[in-house]
Amino acid sequence: MERLVFDIAHSLAGGLVLVSFMMLYQDRLSALINIFAVQAVLLALSVAWQAYMQQAPHLYITAAIALVFKAIVIPVALHRIIKQLGIHREIEPVVGIGSTMFIGIGLVALSMVVMMRVTGQAAPVAREDLAFALSVILLGMLMMVTRRNAVGQVIGFMSLENGLVLAATGAKGMPLVVEISVAFSVLIAFIVIGIFLFRIRERFDTVDLSALDRHRGGQ
Amino acid sequence: MTAVAMLMWVVAALLATAVLSVAFSRTAAVSHWVYSTCAVLCASALGLLLVHLLGSGASTSGLTLPLGLPWLGAHFRLDALATFFLIVVNLGGAASSVYALGYGRHESAPHRVLPFYAAFLAGMNLVVLADDAFAFLLCWEFMSLTSWALVMTQHREHENTRAAYIYLVMASFGTLTLLLAFGLLAGPDGHYGFAAMRSAVHTPAVSALVLVLVLLGAGSKAGLVPLHVWLPLAHPAAPSHVSALMSGVMTKVAVYGSVRIIFDLLGEPAWWWGMLVLFLGGISTVLGVIYALMQHDLKRLLAYHTVENIGIIYIGLGLALAFQTNAMSGAATLALTAALFHVFNHSLFKSLLFFGAGAVLTATGQRDMEQLGGLIHRMPYTSFAFLVGCVAISALPPLNGFVSEWLTFQAILQSTDLPQWGLKIMVPAVGGLLALSAALAAACFVKAFGVTFLGRPRSAAAMQAHEVDRYSLATMLGFSLLCLLAGILPGLVIDALAPVTMSLIGARMPVQSSIPWLSIIPITAGRSSYNGLLVFAFIAMSGALAAYVIHRFASRALRRAPAWDCGFPDADPATQYTAGSFAQPIRRVFGELAFRLREQLDLPAPGDIRPARFVATLGDRIWELMYLPVVGAVQFGAEQLNRVQFLTIRRYLNLVFLTLITLLLVLAIWP
Repeated sequence: MERLVFDIAHSLAGGLVLVSFMMLYQDRLSALINIFAVQAVLLALSVAWQAYMQQAPHLYITAAIALVFKAIVIPVALHRIIKQLGIHREIEPVVGIGSTMFIGIGLVALSMVVMMRVTGQAAPVAREDLAFALSVILLGMLMMVTRRNAVGQVIGFMSLENGLVLAATGAKGMPLVVEISVAFSVLIAFIVIGIFLFRIRERFDTVDLSALDRHRGGQ
Repeated sequence: MTAVAMLMWVVAALLATAVLSVAFSRTAAVSHWVYSTCAVLCASALGLLLVHLLGSGASTSGLTLPLGLPWLGAHFRLDALATFFLIVVNLGGAASSVYALGYGRHESAPHRVLPFYAAFLAGMNLVVLADDAFAFLLCWEFMSLTSWALVMTQHREHENTRAAYIYLVMASFGTLTLLLAFGLLAGPDGHYGFAAMRSAVHTPAVSALVLVLVLLGAGSKAGLVPLHVWLPLAHPAAPSHVSALMSGVMTKVAVYGSVRIIFDLLGEPAWWWGMLVLFLGGISTVLGVIYALMQHDLKRLLAYHTVENIGIIYIGLGLALAFQTNAMSGAATLALTAALFHVFNHSLFKSLLFFGAGAVLTATGQRDMEQLGGLIHRMPYTSFAFLVGCVAISALPPLNGFVSEWLTFQAILQSTDLPQWGLKIMVPAVGGLLALSAALAAACFVKAFGVTFLGRPRSAAAMQAHEVDRYSLATMLGFSLLCLLAGILPGLVIDALAPVTMSLIGARMPVQSSIPWLSIIPITAGRSSYNGLLVFAFIAMSGALAAYVIHRFASRALRRAPAWDCGFPDADPATQYTAGSFAQPIRRVFGELAFRLREQLDLPAPGDIRPARFVATLGDRIWELMYLPVVGAVQFGAEQLNRVQFLTIRRYLNLVFLTLITLLLVLAIWP
C-alpha cells in the first residue's frame, strides 16, 4: 500500500515532466494553451495527492487554486487573447524541434544528477519530487528561451511556475501563505503580460519579440 | 559612570556639534563656536583619558549600545591600547581645533568644513572605541567618508577632485579587505564581537590570509608603500588643520587597526609575519623620504614624510612580531614600545609641521617652496616652531623623534639572537634602510626649512608675509614644547606605555622613571642608555656659552653691508639655491631607480640669444607598474561589460538560462 502511494505520486510528477516535453514541440498556439491546461490539471492532481499523502488539508486549497486559475481561467483568457489578436497561425521554434527535445532530455538528466547528489539525506519521495520539479522548471525556461512569440514565453513562464509549486508541495511543512502568494503573483504577472501583449500589438502589429528589437535605441 | 560611557557622551556631543553646525551654517560666528566646542570636547576627553591612564592603570570597561545589527548591538570598550590611541587622537583633535580658531577665519566656505570636521573627530574616536567588527567597520567607513568630504573642501580645483576620487577608491578598497579579514576572523558562525575573536583559534592559513588582508586594509589607510598613492594627494588638499589631523592622527587610527587585529585578535604569530611587516615598513621608510625630497610643495613634502614615519612605526611592529614568535619578550616589548612611542611622537611633530605649513599658507598664500624664502624675518615665531618640528622629525637629540628612532635601533640590535636566518639577514638590512632614511629625512628638512624660511624672498607674497594670529602661534609653540618634553623626559612616556605592552604581549619594559637623572635604559645599563635631559642641558649650556663668548669678546661694532655678490650687483633672488637644486644630487642618485628620471638640457647654439633650458621630468614607477595596469584592466572590463547593456530580451533570457545551467553543471560535476 505504502509503495502504491509513492508510485502514484511519482507517476503524477513524471506526467508533469512528460507534458512539459509535449509543450516543447507544439507549433500551434491554441494547442500549446490546451497542453498547458493539461499540465495544470496534472499539477492539481499531484498536489491533491500530496495533500492526501502528507495529511495536510491546506494543500487541497493549493490544488483547488491550481485547478481553477491555471487549468481554467488562464487558458480561457489566453484563448480569448489569441483570438482577439488573430494569431492562430503557426509558431516556429528557434532551434528546431529535434534539437530542442534533445536539450530537454539533457536538462532532465542534469536535474536528476544534481538532485540525487544534493539531497542525500532527504526522504526518497521528496528527493524524486524535487528532481521532477527542477526538470519542469528547466524545461519551462527552455521554452521561454526557444520561443519567439510573446504568448509562448508567457506559457513557458507559467509552466516554470508549475514546477515551483510542485517543488513547494513536495517538501513537507510549506505554509499555505507562501503558496497563495506565489499563485497570486503569477496571476498578476499574467495580467501584466497580457496587457503588454495588447500594447505591443497596438504599437507594432505583431507579438513577435524580434520586432521589438528593431525599435530599440541604437547601440 | 564608567570612562567609556563618558567618552561616548563626548562623541555624542561632537556629533551634535556637527548637526548644529549645519543648522546654524548661516550664522557669522559659527566657525568660532564649532572649533571652540570641538577643542573643549577633545580637551575634556583628553583629560579624562589621562586621569584614567594614570589613576586606574588603564582598567578595561565596556559598553553595549542597542544600535547596528539587532542580534549584536554595538559594543564599545576602553582598554589600555585604546586609551593610548585615544590620547593621541584627542590631543591632535584639541590642538587642531584651537589652531583652527585662528586659521579657520580665512576659510572661504566654512559650511563645507565645519560639520565634517566635528564628525571626523567623532569618527576617529569611535573607531578606537569599537569592540565588534560591525561597529569597527561602520565607524572606519564613517571616518573615511567624513575625511573624504574634507578633502573635497576646495572642490572646484581639478587636482583636489582627482585626489578625493583616488582617496575614495583606496578607502573603499581598504574597507573591503578589512571586511574580508573580519569575516575570516569571525569564522563560519559569525562571532563578530572582538571578545569572541580573541578566544577563537584560527588555522595558520586563515591567520596568514587575515594578516595580508589587514596589511592591505589598514596599510592603505596608514600609507604603506605601495598603497600610499592617495596620501600625498589627499592630505595636502584638505585645509591645513585637517591635513594635520589626517596625517598626524588618522594614520595613527589605521596603525591602531593593525595593532588591534595583529597583536590582539589574531593569536599566535608565525615567524615570517615579522618579515613581511618589516619589508613593507622598510621600503615605505626609504621610498617615502626619497619621494618627499623631490617635492617642492611644502604640504605634499610633509605628506610624503608621513609615509616614511609610518614605515618606521611598522618596522617597530614587525620587530615586535619577530621577537614575539621567538619568545624574546624583552626585545618584543622594546620594539613595540618604540613603535607606539613613535606613533605619539609623529602625531606631535607632524601636526606641528602641518600647522606651520598652514601658517605659511595663510601668510603668503603659497605652498610652493620656490615662491617662498626669507620668512624667518617676518614670521619669527612660526619659523622657530617649524624649526623645532624639523629637528624632531629629523630625529636629532634632544627632541622626541630621536628617542623613538633610537629605541627602534636598540631593538634592531637585538636581532643577533634571532634563530631564523631570514630574520637574521632581514633585520640588519632594514636597520640600514632606517639609517639611510633618517639621514635623507634630515637632508629633506634642511631643504624644507632652508628654502622656505632662510635666504631672500622669492616672490612678492613672501616679501609681504606677516606673522599669524595668536591661536595658531599658541598651538604651534605648545606642540614645540611637547616635542621637547617628550624628548627630554622619555622615561615618563615609556612608563605610561607599559600597560599597553602588558595587555598586548604580556610584558613591560623596566620602570624608567625611577632611574636617576631621568636616563632611559632599554635593556641593561651595560649595553646602552640615553639621557635626553643631559643632552639638552649640554646643548643649552654650550650654546649659551658660545653666545656669551662671542658677545663678550667679539667686536661690538655692528656693521651692515651687502653680502659678497660675486661681482654681480643687484643679484636676483632667483639666483639663490632653490628647492630643486637642493634635491638635484639625490635625484641623480635615485632618479633612475624610483622616478624614471629624464633630464633634458636644451643649450642654444653659440650666437643664439634664447635662454638655455633644463627640464627634469619625474615619473612614478609604483604608479606606472602597479596602478595603471589595474586602471587599464578595469576600463577594459567595463567596456566589455558595456555591451551587455544592449542585448535583446531573448539574449537576456538566454543569459539567465545558461548561467543557471552552468551553475547546475558545476554542482553536478563538483567532486
